[in-house]
Amino acid sequence: MASNAQDNNAPLRMEGKKEEEDEEDYEYSPFHGIEKGAVLQEARIFHNPQIDARKCQQVLTRLLYLSTQGETFTKTEATEVFFSITKLFQNNDSNLRRLVYLMIRELPPDSDEVIIVTNMLMKDMASNNELYKSGSIRVLCRILDSSLLQQVERYFKQAIVDKAPVVASAALVSGIHILKENSDIVKRWGSEVQDAVQSRNPMVQFHSVALMYMLKNNDRLAISKLVSSLTRGNVRSPLAQCLIVRCVAQVIADSQVYAGQERPFYDFLESCLRHKGEMVIFEAAKAIIELNNVTEAELAPAITILQLFLSSSKPVLRFAAVRILNRVAIEHPMAVSNCNIDMETLISDQNRSIATLAITTLLKTGNESSIDRLMKQMSSFMSEIGDEFKIVVVDAVHKLCLKFPSKFRSMMSFLSSILREEGGFEYKKAIVNAILGIVRTVTESKETALTHLCEFIEDCEFTYLSTQILHLLGEEGPRTSHPAKYIRYIYNRVILENATVRAAAVSSLANFGMKVPALKERVRTLLKRTLFDNDDEVRDRAAVYLKLLNKQEEESKTPQVLRGKNISLSGLEQSLREYLATPMMETFDIATVPEKELAPVVNMAKSKDTSGPAALDELTLKSDFEETLSSIPEFADLGPLYKSCEPMDLVEKETEYTITCIKHIFGSHIVFQFNMTNTIEEQVLEDVSVQVDLAEAEDYQEVCTIPATKLPYGVVAQTYVLFSYPEGTMPFGRMVASLNFVVKEIDPSTGDEEEEGFEDEYPLEDIYLSPQDFIHATKISNFRNKWEELDPETEIADEYGIGVRDSLQDAVEAVVETLGLAACEGTEAVPPNARSHVCLLHGKAVGGMEALARVNFGIDRNMEVAIKLTVRAANADMSEALHAIVAEG
Amino acid sequence: MGLTFTKLFAKLGYKKEMRILMVGLDNAGKTTVLYKLKLGEVVTTIPTIGFNVETVEYKNISFTVWDVGGQTKIRPLWRHYFQNTQGLIFVVDSNDRDRIHENKDELHKMLNEDDLRDAVLLVFANKQDLPHAMNAAEITDKLGLHALKQRHWYIQAAIAKTGEGLYEGLDWLQANIAQKI
Repeated sequence: MASNAQDNNAPLRMEGKKEEEDEEDYEYSPFHGIEKGAVLQEARIFHNPQIDARKCQQVLTRLLYLSTQGETFTKTEATEVFFSITKLFQNNDSNLRRLVYLMIRELPPDSDEVIIVTNMLMKDMASNNELYKSGSIRVLCRILDSSLLQQVERYFKQAIVDKAPVVASAALVSGIHILKENSDIVKRWGSEVQDAVQSRNPMVQFHSVALMYMLKNNDRLAISKLVSSLTRGNVRSPLAQCLIVRCVAQVIADSQVYAGQERPFYDFLESCLRHKGEMVIFEAAKAIIELNNVTEAELAPAITILQLFLSSSKPVLRFAAVRILNRVAIEHPMAVSNCNIDMETLISDQNRSIATLAITTLLKTGNESSIDRLMKQMSSFMSEIGDEFKIVVVDAVHKLCLKFPSKFRSMMSFLSSILREEGGFEYKKAIVNAILGIVRTVTESKETALTHLCEFIEDCEFTYLSTQILHLLGEEGPRTSHPAKYIRYIYNRVILENATVRAAAVSSLANFGMKVPALKERVRTLLKRTLFDNDDEVRDRAAVYLKLLNKQEEESKTPQVLRGKNISLSGLEQSLREYLATPMMETFDIATVPEKELAPVVNMAKSKDTSGPAALDELTLKSDFEETLSSIPEFADLGPLYKSCEPMDLVEKETEYTITCIKHIFGSHIVFQFNMTNTIEEQVLEDVSVQVDLAEAEDYQEVCTIPATKLPYGVVAQTYVLFSYPEGTMPFGRMVASLNFVVKEIDPSTGDEEEEGFEDEYPLEDIYLSPQDFIHATKISNFRNKWEELDPETEIADEYGIGVRDSLQDAVEAVVETLGLAACEGTEAVPPNARSHVCLLHGKAVGGMEALARVNFGIDRNMEVAIKLTVRAANADMSEALHAIVAEG
Repeated sequence: MGLTFTKLFAKLGYKKEMRILMVGLDNAGKTTVLYKLKLGEVVTTIPTIGFNVETVEYKNISFTVWDVGGQTKIRPLWRHYFQNTQGLIFVVDSNDRDRIHENKDELHKMLNEDDLRDAVLLVFANKQDLPHAMNAAEITDKLGLHALKQRHWYIQAAIAKTGEGLYEGLDWLQANIAQKI
């Protein structure tokens, strides 16, 4: 009767609630407003002598709801609830019992306490009620220890072959759980599991295949046997079939396949492509594309079937298909190109995820001719997708452009058009980075790119990007054919933007003034105007640059910018402080600032780049060196710096002194810059220099040495050695070097150094010079044209064996690295399974002398690699030099 | 079984209910007692890890009997079943002289619990058929039952295997719990 009264009230309450909800626009949920405390209170009815099964089910449902919502029960609460639930075992309502099982699994009770239900569960497991059986099995597998498990093992075995699928599945899944801790027990169930594999019920079949596979997981031979029996057998369940496909893929991955040999089980995978369950087809297609060194022929059937799904009416199938194809396209763009037409229709798919995947796939598979069309289609599409998708697309375009540099025009205009559209910072940054990346590799694109970027900064809300672009303009703009046209864009920034951007713009402008004599007057006028800017930094920069421009005029020397001057920042700071302490009657003399020697290199690198975030690290690095070196009088007349090599260590790590050598290559000179650190606290070194023996480098003449006057503990200091060499050559050389210095001990108590020092010498590792030090690895887009341009007379060809390699790719990488040239037209990537490969290389040496190399690779059965190196260069000497690299190396 | 329950529910309206908790040391014979009462036959039992719960019909009263295992690791969990218990059956293995003190300790510990304040106590001196079994008087003495104040208690000599004494025990329970109600 009580329940009746409640039922009468229920609709009334609900109506009231509904009104409330309409106001708040909530969706009605039967669990709305459930609160833990209240439910725990309600759970007391479990203790009642009379069990109201229906009511208890409701309360249990609420408890389960709370638990799945992430509500946690304290230890006391859990104990309380658990024992009250055990009282419900006196009732035999099977729905109630099911919830009891669920709740016990959900709680989970303490191991000391949970044993209280063991007896009941074991009874349920042995009962005739299927629901009792399956439910209790699933709980038991979680709470039994190994000794109890052995007691009930036979029930598990029986359950596995139980004719009720729900019981069999429960036992099989429990087996998977038990396997983790008590694998020995489950291993004894093999024959029962084997029987279950033959079950007519798809779920039982699926679970038994899974358990079977896990049982044999450690035994490769057994797995292989299992798979071959399963692939022959008649497996109905699509889920089980998917699982088998995965096992097969694993077996294939583990087995060794030699080229030309039939892959085991491939036929099975292919037959799965014709399965009637879509999930099996996808699983098989995925397995095929992920095969090691998969061949085009093996891929073809999978691609064909996926292509059919591309035009499916179900979005989820289209998505799955396009996603797999997208992955294939990374490694095998050609295999997917057949689907391009279907793919292009997907660009207009309502589901934007599908469209994005389609677009990025097309970008990977597209050939040179389709790029223009693609770019056009994408422009309209871009406005419809989210930023994170757009970034994916931008990255794909970037990669495509590196692949087909000749098409940069259409891609660049695509990038610039999307650059002008609305978008967040990350998106814009991706676009700018893509453009910068293209500029770096495709030199022809520079002017177009700069123009687009100029337009972009006209209306750019991101300071970071603006400064980055302004910096790039300052670096690259003066070297273009019409530097003047950028001035307006840059100066606009000075008028319109915030202080940070204005400062960057001033630096950029000054660069034009200094590097392009024709523009100097105009720049000076503009800079004069900025002297009245209301921001300190902008005014200061303008003043400094104006001064420099004037000075440059007086001295009419090569451009020299302050930021390149080798001044120690801390020294400058200290000098300025001292200067401020004086009455300041005289002007501050920069010459009094201690020069470079005490300046830690790290600080210098940072202090130099104030004009904006470094966009082109390599370029900045080089210009850093250029400016540092040209500030040293002895090196001022060497001409432009052609190349600075990677630093190399001349001592073992963690010895008394760390010394690295950087080779700077000029037209007819080489500067060795030694960066030295003294790691002994009790010593100070003075008059430090590096002595070089030229006995094995006869083509080099030592010109002068610049020692470091002092090398205290923990500070980086430099010493330089200058050599000359015959212009136009790239001579080999090995130089034996040693460090010469005067050591002075430091008294540890006072920190004072001793008056008297003694001379000492410290041997260094040999320094090698080889032709690749003189060559810049540069990419070109049209190798054939360049090849034809060069004099065939310079061509030298020879063959070399380079020994056993892991793969052809490995060999290609090694040779490219040894030669120090850049691989062009994507020839650095070796297609999988290839037995031979041609790599096209290009580099530029001092004085703009070019060198081209064509390397034919061949690999034999024993992984022995042979190469044929054909070189054409600006002159025959250079060709020879390149061959010498390989011969010597 | 289904049939039994339908019958049971049909009668619920006018039937008296009693909640009985049956405990005791391991191997005292609790499960055998329960199933002798429930099914009228002797079942083979294994040590109960956890509990059994059965409803026993006797003289128009439905006894819900909770038989909780007596192993040491389960004893601390007994207390969770004290609440709402009207009658406590303590089963003693009369033949196990070594553990009679353990029996006494467990019993008195339990009787001090607040939740069992109102429960009546029935002690089954089980296994009287065994040769060295202590008789009811001796067990009464050794368990210190006479010291119990304000507690209705009764000791019944019993042999679970034959059912001897079991129903006498239920009779006493029925009479005394009814009195209290």
